[in-house]
Amino acid sequence: MKKILTGNVICNDQIANDIYKMQISSSHMGTIRAGQFVNIYLEDKSLLLPRPISICDADENSITIVYKVVGKGTKELSAYKTNEKVRVSTPLGNGYFIDGKKFGGQTDDYKGKTVTVVGGGIGVPPMVLLARKLKEKGAQVTAAIGFQEEPFLVEELGKYCSEVYVATDNGTSGFQGNAVQMIREKNICSDEYFSCGPKVMLRALSDFCAEKDIPCQVSLEERMGCGYGACVGCTCKVKVKTEQGTEIQQRGVCKHGPVFFGEEVAWDE
Amino acid sequence: MNNLDLSVDFAGVTLKNPVTTASGTFSARESGEFYDINELGAVITKGVASEPWAGNPTPRIAETYGGMLNAVGLQNPGAVAFIEQEISYLKDFDTRIIANVAGRTIEEYCSVVEMLNETDVAMMEINISCPNVKKGGIGFGTDPRMAAEVTKAVKAISRKPIIIKLTPNVTDITEIAKAVEAEGADGVSLINTLLGMKIDTQRKKPVLANIMGGLSGPAVKPVAVRMVYQVRRAVNIPIMGLGGIMTGEDAAEFIMAGADIISVGTAALVNPTAPVDILQELKLYMQEQGFKTIADIRGAFNA
Ligand SMILES: Cc1cc2nc3c(=O)[nH]c(=O)nc-3n(C[C@H](O)[C@H](O)[C@H](O)COP(=O)(O)OP(=O)(O)OC[C@H]3O[C@@H](n4cnc5c(N)ncnc54)[C@H](O)[C@@H]3O)c2cc1C
Ligand SMILES: Cc1cc2nc3c(=O)[nH]c(=O)nc-3n(C[C@H](O)[C@H](O)[C@H](O)COP(=O)(O)O)c2cc1C
Ligand code: FES
Repeated sequence: MKKILTGNVICNDQIANDIYKMQISSSHMGTIRAGQFVNIYLEDKSLLLPRPISICDADENSITIVYKVVGKGTKELSAYKTNEKVRVSTPLGNGYFIDGKKFGGQTDDYKGKTVTVVGGGIGVPPMVLLARKLKEKGAQVTAAIGFQEEPFLVEELGKYCSEVYVATDNGTSGFQGNAVQMIREKNICSDEYFSCGPKVMLRALSDFCAEKDIPCQVSLEERMGCGYGACVGCTCKVKVKTEQGTEIQQRGVCKHGPVFFGEEVAWDE
Repeated sequence: MNNLDLSVDFAGVTLKNPVTTASGTFSARESGEFYDINELGAVITKGVASEPWAGNPTPRIAETYGGMLNAVGLQNPGAVAFIEQEISYLKDFDTRIIANVAGRTIEEYCSVVEMLNETDVAMMEINISCPNVKKGGIGFGTDPRMAAEVTKAVKAISRKPIIIKLTPNVTDITEIAKAVEAEGADGVSLINTLLGMKIDTQRKKPVLANIMGGLSGPAVKPVAVRMVYQVRRAVNIPIMGLGGIMTGEDAAEFIMAGADIISVGTAALVNPTAPVDILQELKLYMQEQGFKTIADIRGAFNA
């Protein structure tokens, strides 16, 4: 069964401008797949709905999230002190498909394969757990991450990636431009791409992969009510092959996603 | 708490307790991942139409102070898929199934009712709050004559009790309630969402892609309690009360106002186990107050 757990804040530190990293004790999380998210249930009851935040990293007794303070909810989170209680759901969503044969014919076996994880801004956090899992499966992992200004999680990704390429919009750090421009210009090649970030970036990567005929998986974001598939609030459009041809269908981002194959997503719809 | 009897008769159907799930906030498999749905008196499913509906573009959800707005737009897979996927799954649980029915025309409502006649649903809840209808775009739920017309049509073909779900977006809800009672409605449920809107003052744009949406959650509770109270005095058929129920005491408040059963909506998004938590809290409240039955709660209220 899925549950709401009360964890303890182990630490909650600012790691960049408006960006915080919180580690939460949580012994009954169950299996966590990279790309899954948790709902955080806030104390301020005027903030009615839970806040969905990706799992950045996890071990047996804790999960780590990295979030940007953008409004009242994330502001509340940023004020949590060590040992304070925090209410989180067990992992939600499907995460990246790296565990078995799925749609595009991906397999468990990443030995000898090169993969690139591509993160943009607040889409970088889930790349950490993903890079770790891919490395554990034998892949050689490269990271290509883009930020508006100040990079974060570069060191963490460095633990699992043979190379971490950084891009910033204004060029203050690394490549000037976005992560996908950097992939093109630096010719960062791999057998598969995985991504999370702003929609324009996901789409650009998906186009790039379509040109090269390389599989890619993208994690979409949508306003959520429940986060577990009950309210039909968070749909996106996907292309589904039927006997009559291709049909556009709606999928719940929280339940069927948030990860989809780039080629599945109906970007224009 | 063994000496409590929470069972209720609603339009001839016995529910083991008065707690149900509000339409659009419950999904058999997904909600069932958080709690045992056998515990509930009944479950009410998401609105279903005769053909699949795509719903509105996203963002469809916005948070407001003490509530939320939704503009899901009744996205649903159509009655055939719904019966195959949802009803066939739910029928093995020890709870009553109430199917919520959507339609743009009277014919559409009727065709869903006809299909549901053949299934395991115990009752049908007709949502007459959709803004788009054939005749000049007036909601069925805001005009007593049209509300009566829908009720008459579905009653004529339904083999299950019919609950008409009323909209609060009217001047006098008792008029609509009386109109549907006169045409044979077996019960009414109230309230559906209140039409609302939110503007993003930074982007200077509406937050919802659909501009307007339905307000629900604690913010609407006083309106809902008032309407249940008014309707209880206007009709004799049973009432399902909902709108902002977050705790067991909220549930008791609706019962005092005149509801026979209650339904938990937005609370289940705020806390996935809310329906069973509220049931538990209601039992505790009854015990504290020395109430043994649901009728005791209602009887204790003095206005
Ligand atoms: C699957 C998923 C994973 C996410 N992972 C992360 C992450 O790892 N780190 C991070 O910083 N952010 C992440 N986000 C975005 C994060 O959920 C929002 O920034 C956060 O909810 C904003 O809350 P607030 O109260 O501070 O802002 P407000 O703007 O005050 O929020 C108001 C309402 O809008 C909702 N909301 C606002 N922005 C978003 C959004 N982008 N997506 C969904 N709902 C939103 C809130 O939940 C709330 O109900 C993720 C979103 C999704 C859907
Ligand atoms: C996301 C969402 C979807 C809903 N969908 C339906 C629906 O399909 N049919 C219906 O009759 N009411 C629907 N409603 C209205 C609820 O069933 C309920 O009447 C309303 O939300 C008030 O109760 P609450 O405050 O407990 O949520 C929906 C409400 C929400 C929040
Ligand atoms: S957020 Fe409720 S269905 Fe996805």
